[in-house]
Amino acid sequence: MQALTFKRGVHPPDGKALSAEQPIKVILPKENSELFFPMSQHIGAPCEPLVAVGDYVKVGQKIAESPAFMSSPIFSSISGEVVDIRPMLVPGGNMVKSIVIKNDAKMVEAEGLNQAHDYTTMSNEEILACIKDAGVVGLGGAGFPTHVKLNPPKDQPIDYILINAAECEPYLTCDYRIMLEESERVVRGLQVMLKLHPNAKGVIGIEMNKPKAIEAMTKACEGISNITVQPLVTKFPQGSEKHLIYSITKREVKSGALPASAGCIVDNVDTVVAIERALFKGRPLMRRIVTVTGGAVKNPGNYKIRIGMTFRDIIEAIGGFKEENPPAKLIAGGPMMGPTLYTLDVATVKTSSGLLCFTAEEAFIPEERNCIRCAKCVDHCPMGLMPFMLNQFAIRGDGENFVKHHGLDCIECGSCSYECPAKRQLAQSIRATKKIEAGKKAAAAAKARAEAEAAKAKNS
Amino acid sequence: MNKFIVSGTPHVRSKDSIQGIMRDVLIALTPAALMGIYVFGLNALVIMVISIASAIFFEFLYQKLMKKPVTITDLSAAVTGLLLAMNMPSGAPYWMPIVGSAFAIIIAKQLFGGLGQNFINPALAARAFLLASYPTAMTTWPAASHAVVDTASSASQAVDAVTVATPLALLKAGSITTVTSSDMINAFVGTVGGCIGETSAIALIIGGIYLIVRHVISWRIPVIYIATVFVLTAAIGRNGVRVPHYEILVGGLMLGAFFMATDYASSPVTPKGQIIMALGCGLLTTLIRIFGGYPEGVSYSILIMNLCVPLIDRFTEPKIFGAPEVKKA
Ligand code: SF4
Ligand code: SF4
Repeated sequence: MQALTFKRGVHPPDGKALSAEQPIKVILPKENSELFFPMSQHIGAPCEPLVAVGDYVKVGQKIAESPAFMSSPIFSSISGEVVDIRPMLVPGGNMVKSIVIKNDAKMVEAEGLNQAHDYTTMSNEEILACIKDAGVVGLGGAGFPTHVKLNPPKDQPIDYILINAAECEPYLTCDYRIMLEESERVVRGLQVMLKLHPNAKGVIGIEMNKPKAIEAMTKACEGISNITVQPLVTKFPQGSEKHLIYSITKREVKSGALPASAGCIVDNVDTVVAIERALFKGRPLMRRIVTVTGGAVKNPGNYKIRIGMTFRDIIEAIGGFKEENPPAKLIAGGPMMGPTLYTLDVATVKTSSGLLCFTAEEAFIPEERNCIRCAKCVDHCPMGLMPFMLNQFAIRGDGENFVKHHGLDCIECGSCSYECPAKRQLAQSIRATKKIEAGKKAAAAAKARAEAEAAKAKNS
Repeated sequence: MNKFIVSGTPHVRSKDSIQGIMRDVLIALTPAALMGIYVFGLNALVIMVISIASAIFFEFLYQKLMKKPVTITDLSAAVTGLLLAMNMPSGAPYWMPIVGSAFAIIIAKQLFGGLGQNFINPALAARAFLLASYPTAMTTWPAASHAVVDTASSASQAVDAVTVATPLALLKAGSITTVTSSDMINAFVGTVGGCIGETSAIALIIGGIYLIVRHVISWRIPVIYIATVFVLTAAIGRNGVRVPHYEILVGGLMLGAFFMATDYASSPVTPKGQIIMALGCGLLTTLIRIFGGYPEGVSYSILIMNLCVPLIDRFTEPKIFGAPEVKKA
């Protein structure tokens, strides 16, 4: 089958060889170690704790939730005592209120766990409720609640359910390992999703640099008529939702719209496995696969961790750093889009796909020079923007022109900065200005709403 | 505990650098520079060395005096110096590349904000300045020393002449009515009169292909520029003489199309813009060559188009991915 792709984009060295051939290893938190469960691990309303300090909680027990539809409950991944509820650092640099549980290493399971459901006899509502009650969110990075994603507006027919198995971020190999080791689970999870949207086609999009994964997945979906495996050109950001949709269906998701508007639902590989676990095994989201890699790690590999462990716990459990080549930079996720961490004492959350530990040499970035107008950033921006110009607006604080020239459509993929021979911090400056301008826009919208309501109240 | 670096994304960068790009341009210019020395003798080498050295010196001097970081190691001044020399006749007095470099670096480049900020090509601006100030010295063409194939015109001139008319001047004067295969070979190899670096079409094409292959420049500007001149000279002709295949080989077209019109700072950034720039350059070059007062129009066409670049860029902004007006099929 011919490999598909999108326009522009970049080809960073993939760095996957470090960990690609390492089978997934289970690591369990140490006895008496503290695990952290931040109240916000998803897009939407934060959860409120259901437990109090001093309570004893079990594996799989729901410890926090929110009545809002756009939210996702949180489960304990261990058994032990709740010792504190306090702010904890999460990837991305925020302090988030977290339930702290001390692991008693007994792994006592909550009642009612492990009840398999037969999805073929369930109604759509029951399936969605089951997914919501398992705390499943998009594990690829954004953390969009899966039950919301799978339930688009009724007037929005879904033609495709795309499994994002591009894994275009360099260094990350967790999705790759899942496809090799748990291919049937991926297929079963996808079949559950297709039950919700019977007219949709299931397509698993995998980059060409993972031939073994393409082979394994093709084998796993043999004989299933509504699921196909689609090879994709190896190019960053192939796994960006909008670009994956375009590559496979040639549909463009309009500026500011959701994938459902183009008749597509996109979910990442590990998310599909989480759906499968919820229905077939009756287990909520408590674990995930994390790639720990980079030149500073002694044993780079793919690890099945309990969500809530800190990165420090993980590093200790896998043998630590190289003494002769210590880490200079820690990145949560891949090197193109992952935020840096200034300490290892950060809680893993549902969306933690990787920890990248760069040595000083790997982390080196030359200093910024004048833009020479070489147009490389324009030639490679997958969104068709003019990054060097947005960079100028950002520096000048010219928000109006920034918005006019589509700065808010930037997906922060970093392709522009990657290519720039002058090493300009294009993506970084654009992201900062985006935040300011998006905030302004939201504030203006809120104000307009409030005024409209006030006017309504006055008239009635 | 050790400190970890905190920075914005992305954390990996390509190996490209300004210095690397400039080095590629210097490498790409080397064949044409060597041909210049072969054809016009050691004087050509002397002019190139003086020009490069003074360009680097003026950049250094300006940045020192203005207390700015000195960036001569990015090689951009060296490129400007070499391009200026290649746009001069080999018989130019030695002070001329010095004056030209000073103009290119200080006035055309640094006063507008330095690398990437100059809206006109510094080497071309300096050439235009020299041509206006010292027209005789800038248009006295020492004869090529090694015509590969003797032709009627080059042979008769080479006997007694220290200076020759360039093929473009001959075309303009109407003294060329047919182009023989030896004319073509001379123009191709570069054994004709002209500026140091402009005569050898083959050397310039090799350098240009190198730049395209290395992704330093895109094919759009050079290919479309040259094609436009070809088509227009074929269509318009000069008093009935239509020799487009010869027209594109002679004069400064190859040098201008591959190395001058593609200057980053003074050419459009968008693909559409680059096409417009190339069409404009081709049109102006042909018009000046055929109808203008000068035999050659490459430098002025590029300079004029340089001035239009901000406008071109403004109107050719690419359509963004997922633009609101695009509905799904
Ligand atoms: S890639 Fe860098 S140097 Fe080139 S135009 Fe963009 S910002 Fe300028
Ligand atoms: S401008 Fe935004 S979308 Fe475009 S390459 Fe840069 S980071 Fe990616």
